[in-house]
Amino acid sequence: MAPFRLEARNAPSSLAKWLAPPLAAIAMVACGFVLFAVLGKDPVAALHAFFVAPVATRYGIGELLLKASPLALIATGLAIGYRANVWNIGAEGQLAVGAIAAGGVALALDASGPLVVLPLMFVAGALAGALWAAIPAWLRTRCNANEILTSLMLVYIATLLLSYMVHGPWRDPEGFNFPQSRMFAASALLPVIVEGTRLNAGTLVTLAVVAAAWLFVARTLVGFEMRVAGLAPGAAQYAGVSPAKVVWIGMLCGGACAGVAGVNEIAGPIGQLLPSVSPGYGFAAIIVAFVGRLHPAGIVVASLLMSLLYLGGEAAQVALALPSSITGLFQGTLLLFLLAADVLIHYRVRIGARTAMATP
Amino acid sequence: MTHGNPRLELAGITKRYGDVVANDAIDLAVHAGEIHALLGENGAGKSTLSKIIYGVVRPDAGTLRWEGRAVEIASPGDARRLGIGMVFQHFSLFESLRVVDNIALGEDGPASGAALSASIRGISHAYGLPLDPSRYVHTMSVGERQRVEIVRCLLQSPKLLVMDEPTSVLTPQAVERLFATLRSLAAEGTAILYISHKLAEIRALCDRATILRDGRVTGECDPRAEDQASLARMMIGSDLPHPRHRAAIPGATMLAARALDLPAGDPFGTPLAGVDLDVRAGEIVGIAGISGNGQRELLAALSGERTTRADAVAIDGVGVGHLGIAARRRHGLAYVPEERQGRGAVPELSLADNTLLSASAQGLVRHGIVDRRATRARARDAIAAFRVKAAGPDALAETLSGGNLQKFILAREMQQSPKVLIAAQPTWGVDIGASAEIRQALVDLRDAGAAVLVVSEDLDELFEIADRIAVIARGRLSPAMPVTGTDPEAIGLAMAGEPGARAA
Amino acid sequence: MIDTLVGIVALTLAAGTPLVIAALGELVVERSGVLNLGVEGMMLIGAVAGFIVTVHTHMPWLGVAAAIVAGAAMALVFAIVAVSLQANQVASGLALSLLGIGLSAFVGQPYVAAVVDPIKAINWPPLSSLPVLGPLLFAYNPLVYVSVALAAGVHLFLLHSRAGLVLRAVGESPRSAHAIGYRVLAIRYAAVLFGGACAGLAGAYLSLAFTPLWSEGMTSGRGWIALALVVFATWRPYRVLLGAWLFGAVTLAQFQVQAAGIEIAPQLLAMLPYAATIVVLAWMSRDAAAIRRHSPASLGKPFHPQR
Repeated sequence: MAPFRLEARNAPSSLAKWLAPPLAAIAMVACGFVLFAVLGKDPVAALHAFFVAPVATRYGIGELLLKASPLALIATGLAIGYRANVWNIGAEGQLAVGAIAAGGVALALDASGPLVVLPLMFVAGALAGALWAAIPAWLRTRCNANEILTSLMLVYIATLLLSYMVHGPWRDPEGFNFPQSRMFAASALLPVIVEGTRLNAGTLVTLAVVAAAWLFVARTLVGFEMRVAGLAPGAAQYAGVSPAKVVWIGMLCGGACAGVAGVNEIAGPIGQLLPSVSPGYGFAAIIVAFVGRLHPAGIVVASLLMSLLYLGGEAAQVALALPSSITGLFQGTLLLFLLAADVLIHYRVRIGARTAMATP
Repeated sequence: MTHGNPRLELAGITKRYGDVVANDAIDLAVHAGEIHALLGENGAGKSTLSKIIYGVVRPDAGTLRWEGRAVEIASPGDARRLGIGMVFQHFSLFESLRVVDNIALGEDGPASGAALSASIRGISHAYGLPLDPSRYVHTMSVGERQRVEIVRCLLQSPKLLVMDEPTSVLTPQAVERLFATLRSLAAEGTAILYISHKLAEIRALCDRATILRDGRVTGECDPRAEDQASLARMMIGSDLPHPRHRAAIPGATMLAARALDLPAGDPFGTPLAGVDLDVRAGEIVGIAGISGNGQRELLAALSGERTTRADAVAIDGVGVGHLGIAARRRHGLAYVPEERQGRGAVPELSLADNTLLSASAQGLVRHGIVDRRATRARARDAIAAFRVKAAGPDALAETLSGGNLQKFILAREMQQSPKVLIAAQPTWGVDIGASAEIRQALVDLRDAGAAVLVVSEDLDELFEIADRIAVIARGRLSPAMPVTGTDPEAIGLAMAGEPGARAA
Repeated sequence: MIDTLVGIVALTLAAGTPLVIAALGELVVERSGVLNLGVEGMMLIGAVAGFIVTVHTHMPWLGVAAAIVAGAAMALVFAIVAVSLQANQVASGLALSLLGIGLSAFVGQPYVAAVVDPIKAINWPPLSSLPVLGPLLFAYNPLVYVSVALAAGVHLFLLHSRAGLVLRAVGESPRSAHAIGYRVLAIRYAAVLFGGACAGLAGAYLSLAFTPLWSEGMTSGRGWIALALVVFATWRPYRVLLGAWLFGAVTLAQFQVQAAGIEIAPQLLAMLPYAATIVVLAWMSRDAAAIRRHSPASLGKPFHPQR
């Protein structure tokens, strides 16, 4: 017999729903402890170097927020779709396409002032991201094609497109043949908002989007309909919600947010187009969306945790001589632990085998 | 007939699900050659008990004895090895597989296809249950599917046959044929445990009856020596409720279908062909039929979940066939679908949120923003109007019992003062008390001048509340006949799609 | 001319083989009603595990065995979360892929420049050196033959064995299967583990035979393409074979175009297999009714005996 068994609850536990993410985070840190010990590092010192040291300075806090910003932004957009069972997992590609479009604007208009260039970059980035996401939306509504696979295939195509642009048409002629564009003019760069950090105005854009998304999902009829479509497709049909509309809204929101995140990256810390403009934010944001319970407030908290994993990975490279890919390891573990912990929402776990049949 | 040890004897069988006690110290004995009724209404614990007997569910306490010997039935395989066969209410069949594969899956020995097909033909003809082993289940009617289940059991030469609500999907004629088969099995010495909530059937068929109420045994009797009223009192603890019902005073046609065609909605569905229908203000029209004969498509076409040409469906004289369900609601339509959880209501949402599913156009939303105070007030009214047992407007729909959720959904639809109400299987799986309230509400709505269409597989229900009855068979709808001019036998023949029956 | 054609066929089969193996595994998983989107992650883990073991032992077949075990171990994680604990299968599969990508990069980092003894193509002197027939039939990597045998085996198992019938029944209606006494969860575990083992084997083929080296993310989306192939094949094994070889040919086309001296940026050519996947997926899916008829009815829906 199994060492434990599940007993259905009469109603889902909302306590367990909000307790599961911290539980998963604790389990992840515990795994890290074991992992560092196995690798022959002092686990306490290693955990300190990974999770504490990176944010011990003002600059570190700035970096934390800087990296959390695209994660929160993308996850907010994706969550709108996920709540409705629209599985856009191609945010990484939508981000790249947003960066290409905004980069094109920046390169073409670098003589104009920032009040012209930056808004245009955001519009171009959002539109391009949405357009890229419109492809899977169209294929799903017209051809019934699974959006998980199509949106993911488009990630490969988008990153190859970015690579092509910086290797070919947009390569900096004075860049010693490196695959990169010209540096953008100052008018195409986001202003830093906190002295002594790299934290820029893009974070404010993220906060505005998160607030708007909160209003959308919590208070509007369309937000409610999206939720119904995700929970019970039959009830959505009964309510008269168009399945195509749900797919379009879900995909376009995710695509536009990812596109804007791409703009934030190139107009912020990067300042030009490179073959890669994101260390996997589009995929990490999927985890952020789930860990944040697809809720804007939860997503903000989860994005900070995920950002810390990025900083910790960089620190591990320097301080512990471990590959920075340890970040991905932690990320995947966190999501799996969360999904496992979610069982507590609908079930009680009884330890021990089934009680023996008592004879009266 | 009852000599020696009973074939199966249960003592003190108890099963809990969380806080709910489904079976509380059940005692029951079934003898060889006996047709033993397990009588109880929906939710009394009959299905749980049958699953315990078949090894699908294990009891928390109690003992089972098989021919006098204590046994543990840990799996359906164990049950079959003892000689127990089971025909489930919700068939345990696989639609995409052939009959022979379905039966092979229920056999324990590896049987070769040809040999098994031969024995299927043999058994099915011997008992008057003809079956073609190579047919795919999804092409079969509900009655034929039940035959597959029964033949699957008979191939094992069972000593005990458990039948869970076997007649809920059959026409009166098919019920008679089933009873003949069961009687001949009993005459051969097979013990039969017959689970039902239909009093008349049990009095016609069974030798003994054990009555369950709220998970407990409340009586044992010879049903032939009792009358309906005394059985009902044992089953529900009070007399059967009788609806107040007076003759209809029909007005103008409020819901009409004209030459309505609709392709099947899914691969195993039934297309509609040339459906004509009129429902007038102040009358209830019932649609009888065996499930899978196009009811799903008819409901989708009338409700607007699927659209068609504009003049195929009319509400109050306005062609609405091309409009979706939300637009038809604005023309005065209300709809109570068959599935409560997942269609009529979202299980994971509160009752207040669930009001928005069909009533969002009724002042609950302003400028696209949901008015939460209004939705809660509306849910509170619905709860009060029908005495729904719920913690309040914030209770999640999934915490309500089937009957209470159905009352809430019906209340929500009636709050909209509809010109037309369509209800599918309004009391399916609902206990007798709530069923009576629901039927009374439908009659009251009719008396208030609404046109009411009830689609149901329960003929007793239709004859109780409908003013006219039409029959749907293979996607075609018969003309509606006044209930006073027909009877269940005639309707049953039409349900089976037998030639000439429609003129009856 | 004929030699060129034979060469193209041989390369097509070589490029299609990892897709055949991974897609057949996923096909069995999906036929049991479970959707495991973690194929990419399991393939990467298989690739890195096979590579590391081979580097240390110089025994490539031991590496293959390690890859199979590692892929199945990853699948076990998925099964615990998605089958036992009822988690959303889409999310669990994504998590598995992300974990596999991260974990393989982490453990593989020290081996990026390492070399292994690859699994070599067979060489049966009289047969392999036949003109045309030799290279066409008798000179492949052993794993290519394994992939074809696997397709035949999965076909026989699913459609002509009792165990296969039970597996299909579980995918069709776990509730019915449970009611007549089958252990739905155990059967689904077995299917998921088989899928993981296949993905691991497919990964080992990449890192030990096709391009015998390890690099981060070396599967470059083949796990996802394998998932699309299952839809393309409408859940029928022999069609997986055709689909995978078709994709092998598409992958090859980019090199052929370059070899022919046509000037197209390599990045644009590299888009071909992904674009082809999208087109094929859309083309195959457009008949929604057919997809629903062929796909396992319970695909992606968790089942718990108590509910």
